[in-house]
Amino acid sequence: MVARRLIACLDVRDGRVVKGVKFRDLREAGDPAALAARYSADGIDEIVLLDISATVEGRATLLSTVRAAAAKTFIPLTVGGGLRSLDDARAVLDAGADKVSVNSAALRDPSLLTALARVYGSQAVIVAIDAKRGAVDRRADLQVCLEPGLKTRPPYVFQVYSRSGTTAEPRDAVEWAREAEARGAGEVLLTSIDRDGTHSGFDCELTAAVSDAVQIPVIASGGAGTPEHFIDVFGLGRADAALAASVFHFAEHGIHDLKTSLRDAGVPVRLDW
Amino acid sequence: MASITVIDYGAGNLASVQKGLATTGASVSIVRRADDLDDANTIVIPGVGHFGATAALDDAWRRAIAQRLDRGAALLGICLGMHWLFNGSDEAPDVPGAGLLTGRCTRLSGQVKVPHVGWNTLSASGQPAQLLEGIAPGASVYFTHSFAAPITADTVATSSHGAPFAACVARGRVWGTQFHPEKSGTVGLRILSNFVAAASEGR
Repeated sequence: MVARRLIACLDVRDGRVVKGVKFRDLREAGDPAALAARYSADGIDEIVLLDISATVEGRATLLSTVRAAAAKTFIPLTVGGGLRSLDDARAVLDAGADKVSVNSAALRDPSLLTALARVYGSQAVIVAIDAKRGAVDRRADLQVCLEPGLKTRPPYVFQVYSRSGTTAEPRDAVEWAREAEARGAGEVLLTSIDRDGTHSGFDCELTAAVSDAVQIPVIASGGAGTPEHFIDVFGLGRADAALAASVFHFAEHGIHDLKTSLRDAGVPVRLDW
Repeated sequence: MASITVIDYGAGNLASVQKGLATTGASVSIVRRADDLDDANTIVIPGVGHFGATAALDDAWRRAIAQRLDRGAALLGICLGMHWLFNGSDEAPDVPGAGLLTGRCTRLSGQVKVPHVGWNTLSASGQPAQLLEGIAPGASVYFTHSFAAPITADTVATSSHGAPFAACVARGRVWGTQFHPEKSGTVGLRILSNFVAAASEGR
């Protein structure tokens, strides 16, 4: 049976990991390639490098960061953050990434997903969806207040946001995930803006709603804190993978312990590496 | 030093497979024209994406590969490259495979999500395989695919997603892996070095 995946996310700015590493391992934790190698040795199943550089210089640095990280890891490596075009994607894939994650650019021009899938295959294309709970509490209520054919009109249960969560889009996360799949995305990286950084648990309802709506794997993100949160998102949330950042950077108990907890709870995980 | 030739036929990027193969200590070169396959003794056909992309492996490539195999070269097909070793795939019914192995690739089915993405376990099947030497039963490797090859006499390891399928195949000097050894951590790198070792034997 295919294992549920644990994915470590490294937020990278100007060549340094900038999030969640303030309290320990300062020297090592600042270097994305060293962290990627350490997580890989500790048994993480995949690495995501998220570029949050604001400058052109930072973007250029990203490619050397990807090259350095790819040189040390022999597990899947995804790169995302600010990728706008086929050329941007090609640059990071040529630098050694296995998959690209696109968010705002795909919202602006959904055909980008199709173009990427055609050149690199769907397995290399992740659509990143950032969603926030809207004015309506339940999907059942949403159906009632929508007329047929107007599914992407407000109010939303899970509203999509672009540009790092700053811009509300006239889309519902479930509908957008369906469309992205149809256009060629091979996986969905689904982040709950409400839960991000809170350590209060994944949004399992959001995750389950999207996971049930698509055939492609769904990576849940936002809110990871305890092993129970992971158990819940794989169970209630029907996630195929779970992504976290600071929980791995700060982990009192390592990745192996987390995986052991998952296995003991009946979640299939990879324990040999 | 062993020398590995990777065929670039335009299906996906080759950076990862090149990097993985380099860990075996071998020198890795990439060829884009059948004519350049001349001296190749250890050949890898990688590939991700749609079976239709293997149409680029035209008659010139087929002749060149067959000629190298006749001269004792070793061949490893990875993922899509492994599918191509068979007669064909339902993914692109009009595109013939190499026919080096018998069978046809079909879409994964069952009560599971397709594509099959992630780490899954290997179960040994049939004859003990050189490619899997030192690999513990139940070891995990990384898959990403929607179509899979049938289990035949050439299958040396299976995995299962909805239904069992061929995860690793071997016939003479021809090998194939459905999974990506270059993305499967230490287990995968061991499989690559097993391939290089097997390729250097019997020549």
